[in-house]
Formats: sequence, C-alpha cells, structure tokens
Amino acid sequence: MQRRPFLGLFVTPAGVTALVLAAALFAVLQYSVRAQIPGSLEVGGFTLENFAAMLRPLYGRVFLTTLMLCVATAAISLVAGYPLAYALVHAKRRSVKSLILVTVVTPLFLGEVVRTYSWIVVLGNNGFINSALLKLHLIAAPLELLFTVTGVTIALVHVTLPVVVIMLAAALAHIDPNYRKAAMSLGAGPARAFLTVTLPLSAPGIIAGFTTAFAWTFSAFATPQLIGGGKVNMISNLVYQLGFANFNFPFAASLSVAALALTLLALWVLRRATRPFEQLGQH
Amino acid sequence: MRRRPATLHRLAGRALVVLLLGFLILPAAVVAIAAFNERALLAFPPQGFSLRWFTKAFDYRDFQIGWHNGAIVMLAASSLAVVVGTGFAFVLDRYRFVGRGLIETLLLAPLVVPHFTVGLGFLLLAAQVGLMRGFTVVIACHVVLVLPFVLRSVYISLRNLDRRLELAAESLGARPARVLFTVTLPLLVPGIVSGFLFAAILSFNEFTASLFVTAQRTQTLPVAMYNYVREYADPTMAAMSLIFILATTVLLTLANAVFGLGKVLNVDDGR
Repeated sequence: MQRRPFLGLFVTPAGVTALVLAAALFAVLQYSVRAQIPGSLEVGGFTLENFAAMLRPLYGRVFLTTLMLCVATAAISLVAGYPLAYALVHAKRRSVKSLILVTVVTPLFLGEVVRTYSWIVVLGNNGFINSALLKLHLIAAPLELLFTVTGVTIALVHVTLPVVVIMLAAALAHIDPNYRKAAMSLGAGPARAFLTVTLPLSAPGIIAGFTTAFAWTFSAFATPQLIGGGKVNMISNLVYQLGFANFNFPFAASLSVAALALTLLALWVLRRATRPFEQLGQH
Repeated sequence: MRRRPATLHRLAGRALVVLLLGFLILPAAVVAIAAFNERALLAFPPQGFSLRWFTKAFDYRDFQIGWHNGAIVMLAASSLAVVVGTGFAFVLDRYRFVGRGLIETLLLAPLVVPHFTVGLGFLLLAAQVGLMRGFTVVIACHVVLVLPFVLRSVYISLRNLDRRLELAAESLGARPARVLFTVTLPLLVPGIVSGFLFAAILSFNEFTASLFVTAQRTQTLPVAMYNYVREYADPTMAAMSLIFILATTVLLTLANAVFGLGKVLNVDDGR
C-alpha cells in the first residue's frame, strides 16, 4: 500500500507548468540586463544601462501617473463600493439581491476591450454624456473627458468597483449581527453603531479590496491605451510601445522588472501598514 | 416624528445604490443604443434604426478568425488548466512535500504579476525556443493565467469533501485508484465544472497578455476587436460589444440561478 497515492502523478503537471512560468519570468529578467542592438531582435552583452535610463524625468512621470491612478482608483472604488456591498448583503428580497449581484458582477466578465470601447462611446466628444449635456444646455462646449486622467479613472473604477464590492460583501456577510444589536441596545445610534462596530469589523474586506484594486489597475493596459490616447500613459503602455514600436525589448523588460518590484513593494507596505486593522476583524 | 429621519435616510441610501448601479450599467446601455445607429458616425440620439452593423460584425474576416482562434485557445487552455489544477489542488490539500510552497507561489503568482509582464515573458521565452508564431505559446500563457482560479475552485470543493466517504470505500477494500474515480472525483464535479467555466470565460476575454503572444494568424477575438477600435470608428464594435454583453449577462443570470453566485463568491450571509 502506498502511503501517499498519486503524489508524483499529480505534482508533475503542476511542476512543469510552474517551471514554464518561471522560465518566462526569468526571460524577462535576463533581457532586462542586456544591451539593445538597434534594428534587431538579438540582444547584446550585459549592461545596467536600461535601469539607469529609467531615472530620466520622462519615465519618472509615467511611474508617478501609474501610482497615482492606482491609489485614486482603489480609494474611489472603496468609497463607492461600500454602500453597494452593504445593500447587497442586507437586501431583504431575494430578487433584489440577485439583481444587485448580477449588475455588479457583469463588468468583471466583459473583458477589457469591450469595456473600454463602451466608455469611449460614453465619454467621447460626440459621446453620450456630452450630447446629453449639450442637449440640456447645461454646457456650451463638449467636456474634455477622453484623453484625460478623469476619463481614464472613471473607466478604471468601472472594473475595480465590482471586485471591491465582492470583497467588502464577503467581509460584511460574516459579521455577526449581534455585535451591532448589542451596541444599539447600549444606546448607540445607527451612525455610531456603524462607525464603531460594523466599519472596523469589515477591515479585512477593506484591505483586501484596496489591495486587489491597486494591483488590477497596475495591470490595466487597454483602458489607459485607448482612453488615455497617448496623453495618459501607464507603465504597461510604455512597455508595449518600447517592445512593439521601438523593438527595444531589453528596455521593455527592465521596465517590467521595475514595475513588478514596485507592485510587490507597494503591496508589502500596504500589508505592513494595515496589520493592526487586520487583527481588528478577527473576532 | 421620530420615524421620518430614518425613512429619509433609507430613501437616500436607496437612491445612492440605484445611482451606483446606474454607473455600472451606463456603458452597456449606451453601447446597446449605439449598435442600432444607422449612420457610420456615432451620435446621440442615434439617427435612424439599422441592423447592418451586426451583419458587418459577423462578416468581418478578422472577427471570424478571432472567434475561431479564441475557441481553440479557450478549450485547450481551460482543459489543461483543469487537469493541472485538479491534480495540484488534491496534493495541496493532502500532502506535504519538497517544493510544495514554491510551486504554489509560482502558480498563484499571475494574480499579482501584471498581465503585460506575463505576456512579455512568454513572448521572450517563445523567441528563445523558436515557437513565436504558433498556438503553443498562446495556450501555455492562458493556462498559467487561468490556473489560479481553477485551483481555488477545486481546492474549496476538496476542503468541503467528507473524508469519511473515502475511508468507507477504502475499508471496504477499494484500491486508491478506485477510491479516486468512484468517490473523490464524482464529489469534486461541481468544483471542477465551475473552475472550468471560470477559466473558459477568463481565457476567452483575456486581452493584454494575448496582445503580446499572438501573431496575425493566432489572434484571439479581444485582440481582433482592439485592432478594429484602433483603426475604425464605426458602430461595428458597438454591435460586437452588445453581443458580448448580452451573452455574458445571460450566462451570469443562468449561473446565478443554477449555482447561486452568492455562494460561489462567498457573499451570502446564510439567510
């Protein structure tokens, strides 16, 4: 009798897959320290030039824009997501619950291209918002929404909001309603009960939601590419442009490495900073 | 008198929720209107009613190729991911062994590593081994990207599995293989099926990494749509988007009715 049946058989495919992914990530690392040979896909010898080039203001601005968009998107999603998650968990009727859930989840499954295209139709100069506002004589000239940070943020929030709602709702659903009842029976009003009981107890959901929204925004490509239209650039856009327009794959690779390091650092700082709150939720 | 503020609060809360849901639906609603526009230029309110953009969406050569390639990649990648993911979830649930943590970290990494980095990595790797133009690299890349979701889905099923059923089969003399095929796997079917569905939807919609690893001949539907948006401004994409939106909504509503999305996403409070 084997003591651990199927161990080898089941681990092998997973091991091979992990190895392939490791090889792919290692290829990025390898290219990031090689010199570019202009006009060729072949790469030259070892160099740290790529990382030094990143310190130029042009690239610094892209890093800054990326970080700013990530923080703004995550923060807005939290504030807008909380009421939705609360309504989802506390809806009394089954049909209302389903309606909220399906509406919230749908943008997640649409794919970045369809979602981004839809926002172009909404935000464009001849788009829905501008046409409606012009017809109502609320504005004299079309608002600049496409190709602006505002437009990109709106479209990014559209996909992070659902994730944040799901994570907040999962946290809210697992809070024992008796804590709130206890607070209210001791004389706390609804607002006080919410601020001192429900909100702190939902901390794990808040942290998970913020972190995920941050990482997703960091990964966004089509939204800043099409809605930013070259005026709002994130690291992802720069990597693609360097690779496919300039054929400078070494520099694209070094930017990816720096971006990955930045993501991991940001997530680590976030986890450290929120550790006290995390424990609050473990009731 | 004391009742009124509470009612007002409730009304304001409801209005806020409706407003937020409106924000989530707005793009889909606007695209639905734009898809039936008669003119080639997008305008609101639409001028005239026409179905010609739907015809064009179905006749456009690159979209036809995209449907076809997307289906191939989706089926291959989700099937492979289910095989790899189910096996690994099983050993993850039961055994400790050398490299367990390392493999787990690597396989879950695509949840944190941006898709453009994964895509770039597979492109560079394919260039090194000379597999640049085929489906292999696209499928391999998709397997890695959807695997975390399959793993999670099957792992949850395994955690909820009643081990006594396996022990009962074993004590009645069943060999490990027989226990696996007649007890364990049948009990895991819901987790495996929902993992496959998740993987299929994600793979079919995956864009950023696909943009890096597909060639002209292997481009999937999202890549074809992206190229269309960059070149043309007519409502053909609106028609395509509407087809996508309707299909997704119908699938999700069905999934909600059959599986209970609330349970899958862990947001039910058990009432």
